[in-house]
Amino acid sequence: MDTELILRVAPFFLEAAWVTIQLSVLTALLGLGCGALGAAARLSRLAVFRWIGAVYVSLWRGTPALIQVFILYFGGPQIGIQLDSFAAGTIALGVNIGAYMTETIRGAIVSVDRGQAEAARTLGLSRWQTMRKVVLPQAARLMIRPLGVNINALIKGTALVAPISVVELTYTAQRFIGSTYKPFEMFLVAGVLYMAIIYAVGHGINWLDRRARIV
Amino acid sequence: MTDQAFVTIRNAAKSYGALEVLKDINLTVNRGQIVAIIGPSGSGKSTLLRAINELDPLTSGEVWLEDVQINKKLPHRQYEAHVNQVRQDIGMVFQHFNLFPHLTVRGNITLAPRMLKGLSEADADKLAEEQLAKVGLSEKIDEYPSRLSGGQKQRVAIARALAMKPKVMLFDEATSALDPELVEEVNLVMKQLAEEHMTMIIVTHEMDFAASVCDRVLFMDQGVVVEEGPPSVIFHDPKEERTRNFLRKHLSR
Ligand SMILES: Nc1ncnc2c1ncn2[C@@H]1O[C@H](COP(=O)(O)OP(=O)(O)OP(=O)(O)O)[C@@H](O)[C@H]1O
Ligand SMILES: [Mg+2]
Repeated sequence: MDTELILRVAPFFLEAAWVTIQLSVLTALLGLGCGALGAAARLSRLAVFRWIGAVYVSLWRGTPALIQVFILYFGGPQIGIQLDSFAAGTIALGVNIGAYMTETIRGAIVSVDRGQAEAARTLGLSRWQTMRKVVLPQAARLMIRPLGVNINALIKGTALVAPISVVELTYTAQRFIGSTYKPFEMFLVAGVLYMAIIYAVGHGINWLDRRARIV
Repeated sequence: MTDQAFVTIRNAAKSYGALEVLKDINLTVNRGQIVAIIGPSGSGKSTLLRAINELDPLTSGEVWLEDVQINKKLPHRQYEAHVNQVRQDIGMVFQHFNLFPHLTVRGNITLAPRMLKGLSEADADKLAEEQLAKVGLSEKIDEYPSRLSGGQKQRVAIARALAMKPKVMLFDEATSALDPELVEEVNLVMKQLAEEHMTMIIVTHEMDFAASVCDRVLFMDQGVVVEEGPPSVIFHDPKEERTRNFLRKHLSR
């Protein structure tokens, strides 16, 4: 293994890791937003919204994320959507993970015991007051771990923007392989950095989950 | 005790698809009266109780609390506002307590009064202290429900319902989920409410308790009220064969 080479390319990889982190954070935030809206739609009293939510989930989970990235980045200009590769990648991945998060959030909400909402409604609380004060605080605890799984998947999924030339970890590895012909070292460095990010985030999720449980 | 009709149920019917769970039930409960509903499993006792506060709305028939029809047909928004309002006057206690696990005892009791009656924190705290004193749990005010015994949980659930100052209390097998040695402490709280002339409708499997606190007993089977009367008659001299059969099984326990 060429350790000297690794040290030489390290600064470029660290910069790329920073891009991967930015991508991950923005994707996660967008995904959470889409997931919250999607879950609200899926649980709506109105059939139209439930239908829209269901279509969103099945279309976005039913097609490869890579195709979604390509459609937005390469196909977008054809229908008047002109985005740079970072923006296109973030949006495509965020909306994609949002479909998964929709199901995670909905699942957590419906798994709160029905008796909780009944007790609240019996006291006179409205649907929304019940959701906000009784159901969501309990659902929030239940969704930390499964959302952690979604976030883990989205971090690894950021590699899918390499083909549209976002200079993140996977793209950087590929670029250096072109000039150094050392795929083993380059992918190894990328892999280690991905693992560091995922490990740190996993710890954060565990910490949140533990804190939410103290009661 | 006055003879004023307080809770009135008229021609109540309820079906789940083809299954008729309640068939033409009529019931009048006067102010301060305590009515027990007994009957075999699946006879519709919970369904009837839950129809009173619109948790399980009737298919047809009427439910009134004083001069307000609870199950009014209204456009959705108005209906929601209406039930949210009338439910404040109807306390309900569930078999499985349904305390909010993420809130302390204080939080459980003060949530609804604060949100719905706009009580200040100080007033809500005072209210919680009062209600807890009534059920004998003053020292548990800052505990979370997970740290309480079943009997204590149910007493907090009663305090939570009472904090809304309801006009009537509904109990759906409030002691069925409790270990036998914890039943008495909950029964005592309910007896105390009876002494204060709280209007109560109590679904129960405990015949002794029903006999000792209730003014009237309804025996339900297969969605109908088979027989009703004072406990002395229902428990000692029932007219209907079905009532006798049911009591034979339940009194010999
Ligand atoms: N949501 C529902 N959908 C379909 N059937 C239901 C539903 N809820 C209740 N039932 C049926 O209605 C009937 C009456 O149920 P209910 O819970 O009122 O009985 P109960 O007298 O309270 O019985 P228990 O003593 O076991 O609590 C039962 O046959 C039950 O299966
Ligand atoms: Mg029942």
